Amino acid sequence: MLRLRVLAVIIGASGGIIGCGDNLGPCDGVVGTCIPVPSDASANDAQRALLEATPGSTVAFSAGTYHFKTGLSLDVPDVRIIGAGMERTVLSFAGQTDGAQGLLVTSDGFTLEDLAVEDTRGDGVKIEGAERVVLRRTRVAWTGEPNATNGAYGLYPVQCKDVLIEDSFVRGASDAGIYVGQSENVVVRRNRAEDNVAGIEIENCIKADVYENTATSNTGGLLVFNLPGLQISNGSDTRVYRNQIFDNNTLNFAPPGNIVGVVPAGTGMVVLASHRAEVFDNDIHDHRTTNLGVISYLTLQIPISDPSYDPFPTALYFHDNRFSGVSSNPSGDLGAVILLSLAEINASGGGVPDFVWDGVVDPSRLVGGEYAAQDKLCFQRNGDGDFISLNVPPGDAQLPVTDLAPLDCAHNALPPVTLGSLGRAAR
Amino acid sequence: MRGGGLAGAAALAVALGACGDDLPRDEICGDRRAAPGFDVDAPFCDRLSTYGLFSELSSQTPATGVLPFQVNSALFADRADKDRFVWLPSGEVMTWSDPGALELPVGAVLIKTFGFPTDARDPSAGRIVLETRLLVHRPRGWEGVAYVYDRNGEGRLAPEGASLEVAWRDGAGAQQRQTYLVPNKNQCKNCHEETEGVLAPLGPKARHLNRDGADAQNQLQGWIDAGLLVGAPPRDAWPRSAVSDDPQSGTLEERARAWLDISCAHCHNPRGAARTSGLDLSITAEPAALGVCKAPVATGRGSAGRKFDIVPGQPDASIIMARLESTEPEIKMPELGRTLIDEAGVALIREWITAMPGSCAPD
Repeated sequence: MLRLRVLAVIIGASGGIIGCGDNLGPCDGVVGTCIPVPSDASANDAQRALLEATPGSTVAFSAGTYHFKTGLSLDVPDVRIIGAGMERTVLSFAGQTDGAQGLLVTSDGFTLEDLAVEDTRGDGVKIEGAERVVLRRTRVAWTGEPNATNGAYGLYPVQCKDVLIEDSFVRGASDAGIYVGQSENVVVRRNRAEDNVAGIEIENCIKADVYENTATSNTGGLLVFNLPGLQISNGSDTRVYRNQIFDNNTLNFAPPGNIVGVVPAGTGMVVLASHRAEVFDNDIHDHRTTNLGVISYLTLQIPISDPSYDPFPTALYFHDNRFSGVSSNPSGDLGAVILLSLAEINASGGGVPDFVWDGVVDPSRLVGGEYAAQDKLCFQRNGDGDFISLNVPPGDAQLPVTDLAPLDCAHNALPPVTLGSLGRAAR
Repeated sequence: MRGGGLAGAAALAVALGACGDDLPRDEICGDRRAAPGFDVDAPFCDRLSTYGLFSELSSQTPATGVLPFQVNSALFADRADKDRFVWLPSGEVMTWSDPGALELPVGAVLIKTFGFPTDARDPSAGRIVLETRLLVHRPRGWEGVAYVYDRNGEGRLAPEGASLEVAWRDGAGAQQRQTYLVPNKNQCKNCHEETEGVLAPLGPKARHLNRDGADAQNQLQGWIDAGLLVGAPPRDAWPRSAVSDDPQSGTLEERARAWLDISCAHCHNPRGAARTSGLDLSITAEPAALGVCKAPVATGRGSAGRKFDIVPGQPDASIIMARLESTEPEIKMPELGRTLIDEAGVALIREWITAMPGSCAPD
């Protein structure tokens, strides 16, 4: 609706489109208060615009490439930052000397549209503690080769509520391209993530829908993680559906010591210690290590000092996904355990199964040797997708298992995430 | 020239005092006031001298009623020295509070000036005064902004911050050249929002103020005696933070925790900007929250390849040391306010971790 109106104003103002478009200022056609940031603006000029913005206003960057050496920040509620398109307006932070992010936002009601942030030292766009966040048609990229010196996160809302990330593109993050942490009510849709360590990561979130995204050429395509020691401790209710997750075989280039460093190259999707997730109708294929992994935090062998944290994944339901393309050459520590486990049951010949579970269960949840119905791990109607439950820890008396019959169960469908507070902006 | 300007301003200030808030900003802001004054409802004036907080800006000589104070441990600010003052509206008082900042009345102004000695070996060589930050208690809350001194010695409003080149000689006589960063308004908030969304003073806390001032009298007692501070408990119940660089002031543990408190805890507390990391470095934090054997969450390159924030006995395996010893924007901690390494702070935290018992090996 807004786009149509903008177009109408442009046509009306120019009285004929040809040759006039380039003369329009960045605020032309913007409804309401708008602060233009001309294409020759310095970082100080841009920062001044972000300080002077008032609630309800728009800060508009021009087409062109801005060269900023210092990070920008916004702390005014209900401000929209726009550009002329994510290929036309580029905020380049190459050579950045100050600021741990490109853009830091700490205010509610933030919208970012139609621009790119490139080559920040740290994170690209970080939004902390905000309600109502829309990131739309934005691009965050590290333009060189995948490298540990690239920034950690591309689009990075943390401790936010009502978050929409759509039609965006992230490339080259040394941690996660799109990373949503400790947030509630999250929709991540129709984005593309390439050449990151993790393409898309949902961490310690409550209620997230992740759909129609493409994740390829990352180390791991899509991660749903729950980590200890955080204020939002036990994430739950994640739906992952209709995504294209393929050929994520890039060597892990995360700086050592980071949790995503544990993700082996060639991982489609990993669910780590999450609760209530429904994963369906995805295409996941051509991964060297595994198409789908489910693991407990205990398998990482990192001490846990958070008594409220539940390290065991529960109530996961994988159904109607399409898996293909296995290898016999899985990588990393997990790959080694997979190979050992396959050898233990003389199944090395068939390649790595599509679905790898570490098989670690919570003894306190066992009833007659298995989880109660509401806690179970369920895997149904996934074509000819095959499976192995590993022997973790190695040497455990219990042998690896490939029989899917115990996983032939279902959970109720999770409800869709509603972003009511975003109103029209979410449509 | 300066003196003439001041005399003229004094005459004008009388007229201004009678006119009040209805004047347009230029006139409210006009020339220097005869006595300190601050209109808490008006936007910041372009020139610092307007407020009459100093009888002489260049030497940072406070006007009558502008109270200097010192703190036990200070946040490292790229080796800049700092002068701190508080001004209270006539008849208003401060009220005791702990462990948060003393309660200051609406209208109070906290003033902090950053500068360098021209030659640290020779006080008579003068001082390079760079910026003065004001933190003003407005009716709707605190608001902060920086004034950067121009070549005439006037403080100019700089909400977007600044990057300044400074040349000075340190205590060893070495010529130092550095880029000094003045924070923008949002960056003021990044540190001063100890609780998200609530801008507040950091320095004027009882434990930081409980020390002798320049007049060799206890600062809190002095304010109580002058009727400027009320509600204090008996003196033996006052908290006192260690002086991080004075071994006589407390144990290694106390000094290290005091340093973390003043350097890190404004963000790294359960309600601060770094709450998302799960790392709590406030004075009351328990060891696990303090980062002992805590795996990082969203550290990026800041991990330096290390597994835990603090590994007892092993500073070079502790992420916190890598953070303190870096000047790279995405790695260094504190994130703001420094481009240099705080050598004394690094040495203190290194010593503290080295002496810490225990290990992070799995049971």
